[in-house]
Amino acid sequence: MIHQLVELGYLIAVILFIIGLKQLSSPRTARKGNLLAATGMGIAILVTLILPLESGANNYLLIALGIAIGSVIGWIAARKVKMTAMPQMVSIFNGLGGACAVAISLVELVGYQATFESGGAVFAGVHLTALMAMFVGGVAFTGSMLAYGKLEGLIDDRKVRIPQPTVVNLVLLLSILAGIGYKLAMPAEPLTWVIAIMVVSLIYGITFVIPIGGADMPVVISLLNAFTGVAAALAGLVYDNHVMLVGGILVGSSGTILTVLMCEAMNRSLLNVIIGGFGSTGKAAAQSGDQVAKEITLMDAAILLSYSNSVIIVPGYGMAVAQAQKVCHELEMLLEDKGVSVRYAIHPVAGRMPGHMNVLLAEADVSYDKLLDLDDANKALADADVVIIVGANDVVNPSAKTDPGSPIYGMPILDVLQAKHTIVLKRSMSPGYAGIQNPLFFHEKNRMLFGDAKDSLSKLVSEIKTLG
Amino acid sequence: MEYLLQFFSDNLLMIYVLVLAIFLGYELISNVPTVLHTPLMSGANAISGVVIIGAILLIRQAEAGDYLALSLGTLGIILGTINVVGGHAVTDRMLEMFKRKKGN
Repeated sequence: MIHQLVELGYLIAVILFIIGLKQLSSPRTARKGNLLAATGMGIAILVTLILPLESGANNYLLIALGIAIGSVIGWIAARKVKMTAMPQMVSIFNGLGGACAVAISLVELVGYQATFESGGAVFAGVHLTALMAMFVGGVAFTGSMLAYGKLEGLIDDRKVRIPQPTVVNLVLLLSILAGIGYKLAMPAEPLTWVIAIMVVSLIYGITFVIPIGGADMPVVISLLNAFTGVAAALAGLVYDNHVMLVGGILVGSSGTILTVLMCEAMNRSLLNVIIGGFGSTGKAAAQSGDQVAKEITLMDAAILLSYSNSVIIVPGYGMAVAQAQKVCHELEMLLEDKGVSVRYAIHPVAGRMPGHMNVLLAEADVSYDKLLDLDDANKALADADVVIIVGANDVVNPSAKTDPGSPIYGMPILDVLQAKHTIVLKRSMSPGYAGIQNPLFFHEKNRMLFGDAKDSLSKLVSEIKTLG
Repeated sequence: MEYLLQFFSDNLLMIYVLVLAIFLGYELISNVPTVLHTPLMSGANAISGVVIIGAILLIRQAEAGDYLALSLGTLGIILGTINVVGGHAVTDRMLEMFKRKKGN
Protein backbone atom coordinates (compact mmCIF):
# COMPACT_ATOMS: atom_id res chain seq x y z
CA MET A 1 0.00 0.00 0.00
CA ILE A 2 2.68 2.48 1.07
CA HIS A 3 4.78 1.32 -1.84
CA GLN A 4 2.05 2.26 -4.33
CA LEU A 5 1.63 5.59 -2.58
CA VAL A 6 5.33 6.27 -3.03
CA GLU A 7 5.18 5.37 -6.72
CA LEU A 8 2.16 7.67 -7.12
CA GLY A 9 4.10 10.44 -5.39
CA TYR A 10 6.99 9.91 -7.82
CA LEU A 11 4.61 10.04 -10.77
CA ILE A 12 3.17 13.35 -9.54
CA ALA A 13 6.71 14.67 -9.00
CA VAL A 14 7.71 13.77 -12.56
CA ILE A 15 4.57 15.42 -13.97
CA LEU A 16 5.36 18.56 -11.95
CA PHE A 17 8.94 18.54 -13.30
CA ILE A 18 7.65 18.35 -16.87
CA ILE A 19 5.00 21.05 -16.44
CA GLY A 20 7.54 23.13 -14.50
CA LEU A 21 10.11 22.96 -17.29
CA LYS A 22 7.42 23.75 -19.86
CA GLN A 23 6.29 26.81 -17.89
CA LEU A 24 9.87 27.91 -17.33
CA SER A 25 10.12 28.42 -21.07
CA SER A 26 7.52 31.20 -21.20
CA PRO A 27 8.00 34.58 -19.45
CA ARG A 28 4.43 34.72 -18.17
CA THR A 29 4.48 31.37 -16.39
CA ALA A 30 8.18 30.94 -15.61
CA ARG A 31 8.00 31.75 -11.93
CA LYS A 32 5.09 29.40 -11.35
CA GLY A 33 6.98 26.75 -13.30
CA ASN A 34 9.94 26.97 -10.96
CA LEU A 35 7.66 26.67 -7.94
CA LEU A 36 5.90 23.66 -9.48
CA ALA A 37 9.22 21.94 -10.08
CA ALA A 38 10.26 22.72 -6.50
CA THR A 39 6.97 21.27 -5.23
CA GLY A 40 7.63 18.15 -7.28
CA MET A 41 11.05 17.85 -5.70
CA GLY A 42 9.53 18.27 -2.22
CA ILE A 43 7.00 15.50 -2.89
CA ALA A 44 9.72 13.21 -4.27
CA ILE A 45 11.87 13.73 -1.17
CA LEU A 46 8.95 13.23 1.23
CA VAL A 47 7.77 9.97 -0.30
CA THR A 48 11.33 8.67 -0.42
CA LEU A 49 11.41 9.03 3.34
CA ILE A 50 8.45 6.67 3.76
CA LEU A 51 9.38 4.19 1.01
CA PRO A 52 9.43 0.75 2.68
CA LEU A 53 12.90 -0.83 2.55
CA GLU A 54 13.96 -4.42 3.07
CA SER A 55 16.86 -3.55 5.33
CA GLY A 56 18.70 -0.64 6.87
CA ALA A 57 18.55 1.49 9.98
CA ASN A 58 16.73 4.41 8.26
CA ASN A 59 18.99 6.95 10.04
CA TYR A 60 16.31 9.64 9.90
CA LEU A 61 18.27 11.83 12.26
CA LEU A 62 21.20 12.08 9.84
CA ILE A 63 18.82 12.73 6.94
CA ALA A 64 17.12 15.55 8.85
CA LEU A 65 20.50 16.96 9.80
CA GLY A 66 21.79 16.81 6.21
CA ILE A 67 18.65 18.42 4.79
CA ALA A 68 18.69 21.14 7.45
CA ILE A 69 22.35 22.04 6.86
CA GLY A 70 21.96 21.90 3.08
CA SER A 71 18.79 24.02 3.11
CA VAL A 72 20.33 26.74 5.24
CA ILE A 73 23.51 26.93 3.14
CA GLY A 74 21.60 26.77 -0.16
CA TRP A 75 19.01 29.35 0.90
CA ILE A 76 21.51 31.85 2.27
CA ALA A 77 23.81 31.47 -0.73
CA ALA A 78 20.91 31.99 -3.13
CA ARG A 79 19.61 35.06 -1.26
CA LYS A 80 22.97 36.73 -0.73
CA VAL A 81 24.49 36.28 -4.18
CA LYS A 82 24.72 39.40 -6.32
CA MET A 83 22.94 39.43 -9.66
CA THR A 84 26.28 39.65 -11.44
CA ALA A 85 27.50 36.50 -9.73
CA MET A 86 24.45 34.38 -10.62
CA PRO A 87 26.24 32.31 -13.28
CA GLN A 88 28.97 31.37 -10.82
CA MET A 89 26.34 30.42 -8.25
CA VAL A 90 24.53 28.17 -10.71
CA SER A 91 27.88 26.59 -11.52
CA ILE A 92 28.63 25.84 -7.86
CA PHE A 93 25.16 24.41 -7.22
CA ASN A 94 25.57 22.23 -10.27
CA GLY A 95 28.99 21.01 -9.13
CA LEU A 96 27.58 20.02 -5.75
CA GLY A 97 24.89 17.94 -7.46
CA GLY A 98 27.67 16.15 -9.34
CA ALA A 99 29.60 15.61 -6.10
CA CYS A 100 26.47 14.09 -4.57
CA ALA A 101 26.33 11.60 -7.46
CA VAL A 102 30.02 10.72 -6.89
CA ALA A 103 29.46 10.19 -3.16
CA ILE A 104 26.53 7.81 -3.55
CA SER A 105 27.98 5.83 -6.43
CA LEU A 106 31.25 5.41 -4.51
CA VAL A 107 29.37 3.91 -1.56
CA GLU A 108 27.43 1.60 -3.89
CA LEU A 109 30.66 0.50 -5.59
CA VAL A 110 32.30 -0.22 -2.24
CA GLY A 111 29.23 -2.34 -1.43
CA TYR A 112 29.54 -4.24 -4.73
CA GLN A 113 33.22 -4.80 -3.99
CA ALA A 114 32.33 -6.60 -0.75
CA THR A 115 29.91 -8.77 -2.73
CA PHE A 116 32.56 -9.59 -5.35
CA GLU A 117 35.19 -10.41 -2.75
CA SER A 118 32.88 -12.82 -0.97
CA GLY A 119 32.36 -14.60 -4.30
CA GLY A 120 28.99 -13.06 -5.13
CA ALA A 121 27.93 -11.28 -8.31
CA VAL A 122 26.34 -7.98 -9.24
CA PHE A 123 24.67 -7.46 -12.60
CA ALA A 124 27.26 -6.05 -14.98
CA GLY A 125 24.62 -3.54 -16.12
CA VAL A 126 24.19 -2.17 -12.60
CA HIS A 127 27.94 -2.19 -12.03
CA LEU A 128 28.50 -0.31 -15.28
CA THR A 129 25.79 2.23 -14.44
CA ALA A 130 27.30 2.96 -11.01
CA LEU A 131 30.78 3.40 -12.52
CA MET A 132 29.40 5.70 -15.21
CA ALA A 133 27.45 7.74 -12.63
CA MET A 134 30.68 8.21 -10.67
CA PHE A 135 32.55 9.22 -13.83
CA VAL A 136 29.95 11.67 -15.19
CA GLY A 137 29.20 13.11 -11.74
CA GLY A 138 32.91 13.57 -11.08
CA VAL A 139 33.46 15.48 -14.32
CA ALA A 140 30.43 17.68 -13.54
CA PHE A 141 31.79 18.34 -10.05
CA THR A 142 35.36 19.45 -10.76
CA GLY A 143 34.42 20.98 -14.12
CA SER A 144 31.77 23.19 -12.51
CA MET A 145 34.13 24.23 -9.74
CA LEU A 146 36.76 25.26 -12.29
CA ALA A 147 34.10 27.12 -14.33
CA TYR A 148 33.21 28.94 -11.12
CA GLY A 149 36.87 29.83 -10.56
CA LYS A 150 37.21 31.16 -14.09
CA LEU A 151 34.04 33.26 -13.93
CA GLU A 152 34.90 34.60 -10.50
CA GLY A 153 38.32 35.59 -11.82
CA LEU A 154 40.14 33.33 -9.37
CA ILE A 155 41.75 31.47 -12.23
CA ASP A 156 43.39 33.29 -15.10
CA ASP A 157 42.81 31.61 -18.47
CA ARG A 158 46.05 32.88 -19.81
CA LYS A 159 48.17 31.51 -16.99
CA VAL A 160 46.54 28.24 -16.01
CA ARG A 161 46.97 26.00 -19.01
CA ILE A 162 48.02 22.53 -19.97
CA PRO A 163 50.14 21.59 -22.95
CA GLN A 164 48.35 19.71 -25.74
CA PRO A 165 44.95 19.77 -24.02
CA THR A 166 43.21 17.79 -26.74
CA VAL A 167 45.73 14.95 -26.45
CA VAL A 168 45.69 15.00 -22.65
CA ASN A 169 41.89 14.94 -22.60
CA LEU A 170 41.66 12.15 -25.11
CA VAL A 171 44.17 10.05 -23.16
CA LEU A 172 42.35 10.66 -19.87
CA LEU A 173 38.94 9.91 -21.37
CA LEU A 174 40.15 6.70 -22.97
CA SER A 175 41.89 5.56 -19.79
CA ILE A 176 38.71 6.17 -17.77
CA LEU A 177 36.67 4.15 -20.26
CA ALA A 178 39.33 1.44 -20.38
CA GLY A 179 39.44 1.36 -16.57
CA ILE A 180 35.65 0.98 -16.40
CA GLY A 181 35.79 -1.77 -19.02
CA TYR A 182 38.54 -3.61 -17.15
CA LYS A 183 36.77 -3.41 -13.80
CA LEU A 184 33.59 -4.74 -15.41
CA ALA A 185 35.46 -7.66 -16.95
CA MET A 186 37.43 -8.38 -13.76
CA PRO A 187 35.04 -7.43 -10.94
CA ALA A 188 37.23 -9.13 -8.33
CA GLU A 189 40.10 -6.68 -8.90
CA PRO A 190 40.74 -4.59 -5.78
CA LEU A 191 38.91 -1.41 -4.86
CA THR A 192 41.97 0.59 -5.91
CA TRP A 193 40.61 0.41 -9.45
CA VAL A 194 37.39 2.14 -8.44
CA ILE A 195 39.31 4.84 -6.58
CA ALA A 196 41.64 5.29 -9.55
CA ILE A 197 38.69 5.68 -11.93
CA MET A 198 37.18 8.25 -9.59
CA VAL A 199 40.39 10.25 -9.26
CA VAL A 200 41.04 10.27 -13.00
CA SER A 201 37.41 11.35 -13.60
CA LEU A 202 37.86 14.24 -11.20
CA ILE A 203 41.09 15.23 -12.97
CA TYR A 204 39.38 14.91 -16.34
CA GLY A 205 36.71 17.40 -15.22
CA ILE A 206 39.48 19.94 -14.70
CA THR A 207 41.43 19.26 -17.87
CA PHE A 208 38.14 19.28 -19.80
CA VAL A 209 37.38 22.85 -18.75
CA ILE A 210 40.93 24.29 -18.61
CA PRO A 211 41.41 24.84 -22.36
CA ILE A 212 37.98 26.45 -22.75
CA GLY A 213 38.14 30.23 -22.65
CA GLY A 214 36.28 32.29 -20.09
CA ALA A 215 33.94 33.69 -22.73
CA ASP A 216 32.62 30.20 -23.36
CA MET A 217 31.90 29.40 -19.71
CA PRO A 218 28.09 29.76 -20.11
CA VAL A 219 28.15 27.00 -22.68
CA VAL A 220 30.30 24.87 -20.39
CA ILE A 221 28.05 25.39 -17.38
CA SER A 222 25.04 24.43 -19.45
CA LEU A 223 26.84 21.31 -20.66
CA LEU A 224 28.00 20.34 -17.17
CA ASN A 225 24.44 20.87 -15.98
CA ALA A 226 23.37 18.28 -18.53
CA PHE A 227 26.15 16.00 -17.18
CA THR A 228 24.77 16.25 -13.65
CA GLY A 229 21.36 15.35 -15.03
CA VAL A 230 22.83 12.29 -16.73
CA ALA A 231 24.67 11.31 -13.53
CA ALA A 232 21.38 11.58 -11.60
CA ALA A 233 19.64 9.45 -14.21
CA LEU A 234 22.39 6.80 -14.07
CA ALA A 235 22.12 6.74 -10.28
CA GLY A 236 18.37 6.35 -10.81
CA LEU A 237 19.06 3.20 -12.83
CA VAL A 238 21.26 1.88 -10.00
CA TYR A 239 18.46 2.39 -7.46
CA ASP A 240 15.72 1.44 -9.94
CA ASN A 241 14.16 4.79 -9.07
CA HIS A 242 11.87 6.37 -11.66
CA VAL A 243 11.86 9.93 -10.41
CA MET A 244 15.67 10.09 -10.50
CA LEU A 245 15.77 8.51 -13.94
CA VAL A 246 13.17 10.74 -15.57
CA GLY A 247 14.17 13.92 -13.72
CA GLY A 248 17.83 13.36 -14.56
CA ILE A 249 17.17 12.58 -18.21
CA LEU A 250 14.91 15.62 -18.60
CA VAL A 251 17.77 17.79 -17.37
CA GLY A 252 20.29 15.84 -19.44
CA SER A 253 18.39 16.32 -22.69
CA SER A 254 17.09 19.83 -22.07
CA GLY A 255 20.55 20.90 -20.86
CA THR A 256 22.12 19.47 -24.00
CA ILE A 257 19.70 21.25 -26.32
CA LEU A 258 20.15 24.49 -24.40
CA THR A 259 23.92 24.09 -24.84
CA VAL A 260 23.45 23.59 -28.57
CA LEU A 261 21.18 26.67 -28.77
CA MET A 262 23.89 28.73 -27.07
CA CYS A 263 26.53 27.46 -29.48
CA GLU A 264 24.24 28.26 -32.40
CA ALA A 265 23.91 31.81 -31.11
CA MET A 266 27.68 32.07 -31.50
CA ASN A 267 27.66 30.30 -34.86
CA ARG A 268 29.98 27.57 -33.61
CA SER A 269 29.69 23.88 -33.06
CA LEU A 270 29.84 22.37 -29.61
CA LEU A 271 32.96 20.46 -30.62
CA ASN A 272 34.61 23.70 -31.64
CA VAL A 273 33.85 25.22 -28.23
CA ILE A 274 35.19 22.20 -26.37
CA ILE A 275 38.37 21.70 -28.37
CA GLY A 276 39.73 25.18 -28.82
CA GLY A 277 38.32 28.02 -26.85
CA PHE A 278 38.31 31.72 -27.38
CA GLY A 279 40.60 33.53 -25.07
CA SER A 280 42.92 30.60 -24.82
CA THR A 281 44.17 30.84 -28.39
CA GLY A 282 44.54 34.57 -28.87
CA LYS A 283 46.67 34.15 -31.98
CA ALA A 284 44.85 36.71 -34.10
CA ALA A 285 45.17 39.34 -31.41
CA ALA A 286 46.16 42.95 -31.91
CA GLN A 287 47.70 44.14 -35.10
CA SER A 288 46.64 47.62 -34.24
CA GLY A 289 49.64 48.99 -32.46
CA ASP A 290 49.85 52.16 -34.49
CA GLN A 291 46.14 52.90 -34.44
CA VAL A 292 44.76 55.45 -32.04
CA ALA A 293 41.27 55.39 -30.59
CA LYS A 294 39.67 58.82 -30.32
CA GLU A 295 38.14 60.00 -27.08
CA ILE A 296 34.96 62.00 -26.67
CA THR A 297 34.31 64.54 -23.92
CA LEU A 298 31.25 64.24 -21.71
CA MET A 299 29.80 67.44 -23.09
CA ASP A 300 30.19 66.36 -26.70
CA ALA A 301 28.59 63.05 -25.86
CA ALA A 302 25.72 64.77 -24.04
CA ILE A 303 25.04 67.06 -26.98
CA LEU A 304 25.29 64.25 -29.50
CA LEU A 305 22.76 62.21 -27.54
CA SER A 306 20.34 65.08 -26.81
CA TYR A 307 19.97 65.95 -30.47
CA SER A 308 19.54 62.46 -31.79
CA ASN A 309 16.30 60.87 -32.93
CA SER A 310 17.21 57.33 -32.12
CA VAL A 311 19.69 55.95 -29.59
CA ILE A 312 20.47 52.30 -29.04
CA ILE A 313 22.24 51.03 -25.95
CA VAL A 314 24.27 47.84 -26.23
CA PRO A 315 24.88 46.41 -22.75
CA GLY A 316 27.56 43.82 -21.99
CA TYR A 317 29.31 42.24 -19.06
CA GLY A 318 30.90 45.59 -18.18
CA MET A 319 27.45 46.94 -17.36
CA ALA A 320 26.89 44.03 -15.00
CA VAL A 321 30.25 44.52 -13.29
CA ALA A 322 29.73 48.25 -12.87
CA GLN A 323 26.10 47.71 -11.74
CA ALA A 324 25.22 50.36 -14.32
CA GLN A 325 21.76 49.06 -15.29
CA LYS A 326 19.82 51.56 -13.14
CA VAL A 327 21.71 54.56 -14.46
CA CYS A 328 21.20 53.19 -17.98
CA HIS A 329 17.49 53.31 -17.30
CA GLU A 330 17.86 56.83 -15.93
CA LEU A 331 19.64 57.96 -19.10
CA GLU A 332 16.96 56.25 -21.15
CA MET A 333 14.13 58.12 -19.37
CA LEU A 334 15.94 61.43 -19.57
CA LEU A 335 16.45 61.08 -23.31
CA GLU A 336 12.89 59.86 -23.84
CA ASP A 337 11.68 63.04 -22.14
CA LYS A 338 13.59 64.96 -24.76
CA GLY A 339 11.82 62.98 -27.46
CA VAL A 340 14.72 60.70 -28.28
CA SER A 341 13.77 57.08 -28.93
CA VAL A 342 15.95 54.83 -26.77
CA ARG A 343 16.14 51.07 -27.13
CA TYR A 344 18.43 48.30 -25.99
CA ALA A 345 20.11 45.81 -28.32
CA ILE A 346 20.62 42.50 -26.57
CA HIS A 347 23.07 40.07 -28.10
CA PRO A 348 22.20 36.46 -27.24
CA VAL A 349 25.55 35.89 -25.53
CA ALA A 350 26.12 39.33 -24.05
CA GLY A 351 27.28 39.03 -20.46
CA ARG A 352 28.34 35.73 -19.03
CA MET A 353 25.12 33.88 -19.73
CA PRO A 354 22.32 34.13 -22.27
CA GLY A 355 19.60 36.33 -20.85
CA HIS A 356 22.03 37.88 -18.38
CA MET A 357 21.38 41.40 -19.70
CA ASN A 358 17.62 40.90 -19.75
CA VAL A 359 17.67 39.94 -16.08
CA LEU A 360 19.74 42.97 -15.13
CA LEU A 361 17.69 45.43 -17.17
CA ALA A 362 14.45 43.97 -15.84
CA GLU A 363 15.88 44.59 -12.37
CA ALA A 364 16.32 48.25 -13.28
CA ASP A 365 12.67 48.44 -14.45
CA VAL A 366 13.51 48.73 -18.13
CA SER A 367 10.40 47.95 -20.14
CA TYR A 368 10.34 44.68 -22.10
CA ASP A 369 9.35 46.27 -25.39
CA LYS A 370 12.54 48.34 -25.36
CA LEU A 371 14.69 45.23 -25.60
CA LEU A 372 15.58 44.21 -29.14
CA ASP A 373 16.94 40.78 -30.00
CA LEU A 374 19.80 40.29 -32.44
CA ASP A 375 17.78 40.38 -35.67
CA ASP A 376 15.54 43.29 -34.72
CA ALA A 377 18.51 45.17 -33.31
CA ASN A 378 20.49 44.84 -36.51
CA LYS A 379 17.51 46.24 -38.45
CA ALA A 380 17.08 49.10 -35.99
CA LEU A 381 20.81 49.91 -35.92
CA ALA A 382 20.69 51.12 -39.52
CA ASP A 383 18.41 54.00 -38.48
CA ALA A 384 20.14 54.77 -35.21
CA ASP A 385 21.94 58.05 -34.72
CA VAL A 386 24.03 57.00 -31.74
CA VAL A 387 24.88 53.61 -30.32
CA ILE A 388 26.18 53.54 -26.75
CA ILE A 389 28.15 50.42 -26.00
CA VAL A 390 28.18 49.85 -22.26
CA GLY A 391 30.82 47.31 -21.37
CA ALA A 392 30.20 45.06 -24.37
CA ASN A 393 33.09 44.11 -26.59
CA ASP A 394 33.21 40.81 -28.45
CA VAL A 395 29.52 40.95 -29.43
CA VAL A 396 30.12 44.19 -31.36
CA ASN A 397 33.51 43.22 -32.79
CA PRO A 398 33.37 43.77 -36.56
CA SER A 399 36.23 41.35 -37.17
CA ALA A 400 33.67 38.57 -36.70
CA LYS A 401 32.38 39.67 -40.10
CA THR A 402 35.48 40.92 -41.83
CA ASP A 403 38.53 39.01 -40.59
CA PRO A 404 38.60 35.29 -41.41
CA GLY A 405 41.68 34.94 -39.20
CA SER A 406 39.81 36.09 -36.11
CA PRO A 407 38.87 33.40 -33.59
CA ILE A 408 35.32 34.75 -33.53
CA TYR A 409 34.97 34.89 -37.32
CA GLY A 410 31.44 33.91 -38.28
CA MET A 411 29.85 34.74 -34.94
CA PRO A 412 26.74 36.87 -35.47
CA ILE A 413 27.37 40.31 -34.04
CA LEU A 414 25.48 43.51 -33.44
CA ASP A 415 26.54 45.50 -36.47
CA VAL A 416 26.84 48.83 -34.66
CA LEU A 417 28.80 50.47 -37.47
CA GLN A 418 25.55 50.77 -39.42
CA ALA A 419 24.65 53.61 -37.08
CA LYS A 420 25.90 57.15 -37.58
CA HIS A 421 27.97 57.28 -34.40
CA THR A 422 29.11 54.86 -31.78
CA ILE A 423 30.34 55.59 -28.28
CA VAL A 424 32.16 52.87 -26.39
CA LEU A 425 32.14 53.10 -22.59
CA LYS A 426 35.13 51.21 -21.35
CA ARG A 427 37.58 51.29 -18.49
CA SER A 428 40.69 50.89 -20.63
CA MET A 429 41.84 49.77 -24.05
CA SER A 430 42.36 46.17 -22.94
CA PRO A 431 40.76 43.55 -25.18
CA GLY A 432 37.49 41.90 -24.11
CA TYR A 433 36.94 38.67 -22.28
CA ALA A 434 37.73 36.62 -25.34
CA GLY A 435 41.13 38.29 -25.50
CA ILE A 436 40.58 39.60 -29.02
CA GLN A 437 41.41 43.10 -30.18
CA ASN A 438 38.40 45.08 -31.38
CA PRO A 439 38.85 47.21 -34.56
CA LEU A 440 35.61 49.02 -33.71
CA PHE A 441 37.50 51.11 -31.16
CA PHE A 442 39.71 52.52 -33.91
CA HIS A 443 36.93 53.09 -36.45
CA GLU A 444 36.35 56.67 -37.55
CA LYS A 445 32.69 56.56 -36.47
CA ASN A 446 33.64 55.57 -32.97
CA ARG A 447 34.60 57.58 -29.90
CA MET A 448 35.77 56.22 -26.57
CA LEU A 449 34.46 57.37 -23.20
CA PHE A 450 36.92 55.93 -20.70
CA GLY A 451 36.00 55.18 -17.11
CA ASP A 452 33.77 52.99 -14.99
CA ALA A 453 30.49 52.51 -16.87
CA LYS A 454 28.27 53.54 -13.97
CA ASP A 455 30.37 56.57 -13.23
CA SER A 456 30.52 57.69 -16.87
CA LEU A 457 26.79 57.24 -17.34
CA SER A 458 25.93 59.22 -14.19
CA LYS A 459 28.18 62.04 -15.34
CA LEU A 460 26.57 61.86 -18.76
CA VAL A 461 23.11 62.08 -17.18
CA SER A 462 24.03 65.20 -15.19
CA GLU A 463 25.71 66.70 -18.23
CA ILE A 464 22.54 66.22 -20.29
CA LYS A 465 20.49 67.76 -17.46
CA THR A 466 22.67 70.87 -17.49
CA LEU A 467 22.00 71.24 -21.22
CA GLY A 468 18.37 71.86 -20.20
CA MET B 1 27.66 -9.25 -23.08
CA GLU B 2 25.09 -11.76 -21.87
CA TYR B 3 24.80 -9.82 -18.65
CA LEU B 4 24.20 -6.60 -20.54
CA LEU B 5 21.49 -8.20 -22.68
CA GLN B 6 19.91 -9.55 -19.52
CA PHE B 7 20.04 -6.06 -17.99
CA PHE B 8 18.46 -4.68 -21.14
CA SER B 9 15.51 -7.08 -21.13
CA ASP B 10 15.02 -6.76 -17.37
CA ASN B 11 14.82 -3.00 -17.64
CA LEU B 12 13.04 -2.71 -20.95
CA LEU B 13 10.30 -0.46 -19.58
CA MET B 14 12.86 1.75 -17.85
CA ILE B 15 14.76 2.08 -21.12
CA TYR B 16 11.57 3.05 -22.99
CA VAL B 17 10.93 5.70 -20.35
CA LEU B 18 14.50 6.90 -20.77
CA VAL B 19 14.22 7.25 -24.54
CA LEU B 20 10.88 9.07 -24.33
CA ALA B 21 12.20 11.37 -21.60
CA ILE B 22 15.13 12.35 -23.84
CA PHE B 23 12.76 13.44 -26.59
CA LEU B 24 10.47 15.16 -24.11
CA GLY B 25 13.33 17.20 -22.65
CA TYR B 26 14.31 18.21 -26.16
CA GLU B 27 10.78 19.25 -27.11
CA LEU B 28 10.21 21.18 -23.88
CA ILE B 29 13.23 23.38 -24.41
CA SER B 30 13.57 23.87 -28.14
CA ASN B 31 11.30 26.95 -28.23
CA VAL B 32 12.65 29.11 -25.43
CA PRO B 33 13.18 32.88 -25.81
CA THR B 34 16.73 34.05 -25.04
CA VAL B 35 15.39 36.04 -22.09
CA LEU B 36 14.69 32.84 -20.25
CA HIS B 37 17.88 30.92 -21.00
CA THR B 38 19.51 31.74 -17.68
CA PRO B 39 16.51 31.07 -15.42
CA LEU B 40 15.77 27.93 -17.39
CA MET B 41 19.31 26.63 -16.99
CA SER B 42 19.13 27.45 -13.31
CA GLY B 43 15.75 25.74 -12.91
CA ALA B 44 16.93 22.65 -14.76
CA ASN B 45 20.01 22.63 -12.55
CA ALA B 46 17.78 22.57 -9.48
CA ILE B 47 15.89 19.61 -10.93
CA SER B 48 19.16 17.74 -11.47
CA GLY B 49 19.44 17.87 -7.68
CA VAL B 50 16.99 14.95 -7.81
CA VAL B 51 20.13 12.88 -7.24
CA ILE B 52 19.49 13.64 -3.56
CA ILE B 53 16.83 10.90 -3.67
CA GLY B 54 19.71 8.46 -4.19
CA ALA B 55 21.52 9.83 -1.17
CA ILE B 56 18.41 9.44 0.98
CA LEU B 57 17.89 5.87 -0.21
CA LEU B 58 21.56 5.12 0.41
CA ILE B 59 21.54 6.37 3.96
CA ARG B 60 18.22 4.74 4.80
CA GLN B 61 19.57 1.39 3.61
CA ALA B 62 22.78 1.77 5.60
CA GLU B 63 23.26 -0.20 8.81
CA ALA B 64 24.10 1.73 11.98
CA GLY B 65 27.79 0.78 11.92
CA ASP B 66 28.45 1.43 8.24
CA TYR B 67 30.41 4.62 8.70
CA LEU B 68 31.41 5.01 5.05
CA ALA B 69 27.79 4.95 3.87
CA LEU B 70 26.65 7.13 6.76
CA SER B 71 29.28 9.81 6.28
CA LEU B 72 29.22 9.94 2.48
CA GLY B 73 25.43 9.63 2.53
CA THR B 74 25.08 12.61 4.88
CA LEU B 75 27.54 14.56 2.77
CA GLY B 76 25.54 13.61 -0.33
CA ILE B 77 22.31 14.82 1.29
CA ILE B 78 23.90 18.13 2.28
CA LEU B 79 25.33 18.69 -1.23
CA GLY B 80 22.11 17.57 -2.94
CA THR B 81 19.97 19.82 -0.72
CA ILE B 82 22.18 22.82 -1.45
CA ASN B 83 21.71 22.10 -5.15
CA VAL B 84 17.92 21.74 -4.84
CA VAL B 85 17.13 24.53 -2.37
CA GLY B 86 19.75 26.97 -3.66
CA GLY B 87 18.90 26.20 -7.28
CA HIS B 88 15.17 26.83 -6.93
CA ALA B 89 15.72 29.88 -4.72
CA VAL B 90 18.18 31.48 -7.16
CA THR B 91 15.82 30.76 -10.06
CA ASP B 92 12.96 32.35 -8.17
CA ARG B 93 15.06 35.41 -7.48
CA MET B 94 15.84 35.82 -11.17
CA LEU B 95 12.20 35.42 -12.13
CA GLU B 96 10.91 37.64 -9.35
CA MET B 97 12.43 40.58 -11.15
CA PHE B 98 10.73 39.75 -14.41
CA LYS B 99 7.47 39.56 -12.55
CA ARG B 100 7.84 42.93 -10.82
CA LYS B 101 8.64 44.43 -14.20
CA LYS B 102 5.57 42.98 -15.85
CA GLY B 103 3.30 44.35 -13.15
CA ASN B 104 4.05 47.91 -14.17
